[in-house]
Amino acid sequence: MKSAVLVFPGINRERDMARALKLVSGHEAAMVWHAETALPKGTDLVVVPGGFSYGDYLRCGAIAARAPVMDAVRAFAADGGLVLGVCNGFQILCEAGLLPGVLMRNARLKFICQDVHLRVERSDTPFTRGYNAGQVIRVPVAHGEGNYEADEDTVKRLEGEGRVLYRYCSPDGEVGESSNINGAAHSIAGIVNERGNVLGMMPHPENHVEDIMGCTDGRGLFAGLVAHLEQAA
Amino acid sequence: MKARVTVTLKSGILDPQGKAIEGALKSLGVDGVASVRQGKVFDIELSGSDKAKAEAALKAAADKLLANTVIENYRVELL
Repeated sequence: MKSAVLVFPGINRERDMARALKLVSGHEAAMVWHAETALPKGTDLVVVPGGFSYGDYLRCGAIAARAPVMDAVRAFAADGGLVLGVCNGFQILCEAGLLPGVLMRNARLKFICQDVHLRVERSDTPFTRGYNAGQVIRVPVAHGEGNYEADEDTVKRLEGEGRVLYRYCSPDGEVGESSNINGAAHSIAGIVNERGNVLGMMPHPENHVEDIMGCTDGRGLFAGLVAHLEQAA
Repeated sequence: MKARVTVTLKSGILDPQGKAIEGALKSLGVDGVASVRQGKVFDIELSGSDKAKAEAALKAAADKLLANTVIENYRVELL
């Protein structure tokens, strides 16, 4: 799996992401500066990592979403290429119009930095095939604006088309108000685009991939992507 | 030419920041505050003096960057 990790000013999770990609895929990820106008040849996966691109000025992800490299990402996605956005990366993909909706300020206004539980809603996608449907995984979140909102029709479509892949839940997989950490519509933690090749999620799977991190639940996401690409090849 | 673009949240969109400000105003004892919605103001200086061109440019700026039209409305004024 040849991965390209985008780097914007103010991003700070790109190295965690590159480390996780190397660990699971065995290949060094290419770091791609935001001013580039093309992705490295043969890229299988584009990752928009987390952080605070442009200091969250204007709106989270708003300025990064208009960076030169994003035209190349748009073309790559239109061609069916896999794109993963985590945290600020999710916000950037929404601002870029690659995913519907918006990430609003957390309902209780606090920055949330803790482990959360996610329910994997289905296992038949490139982004979830490393898990079983209904499986509960534990991964960290660190965000102030992760409250996913979209108009009613969009949320209805996302649900109807099975495009909610990850949802905040309790340790035993119950979805409800008490486990919905940021107030997101329908406890949404991660969604895919219509074609299913662009995933945005607030939690950080890349931070639970090694024993030293205390948990390796995040590995499945990357392992699933590797398996998907190997099968496609 | 000077212009102002005002960006506000659409009605129905939850505004936790506005709510927090509303709570603070009430706890300060400011009378008669029913509700608060927070928005943004951009003061922009334009070169040239063609008003129609300026309005078109400001509208483009708002659509492309200043507002996220999924959740926000904007108003353009030439001052």
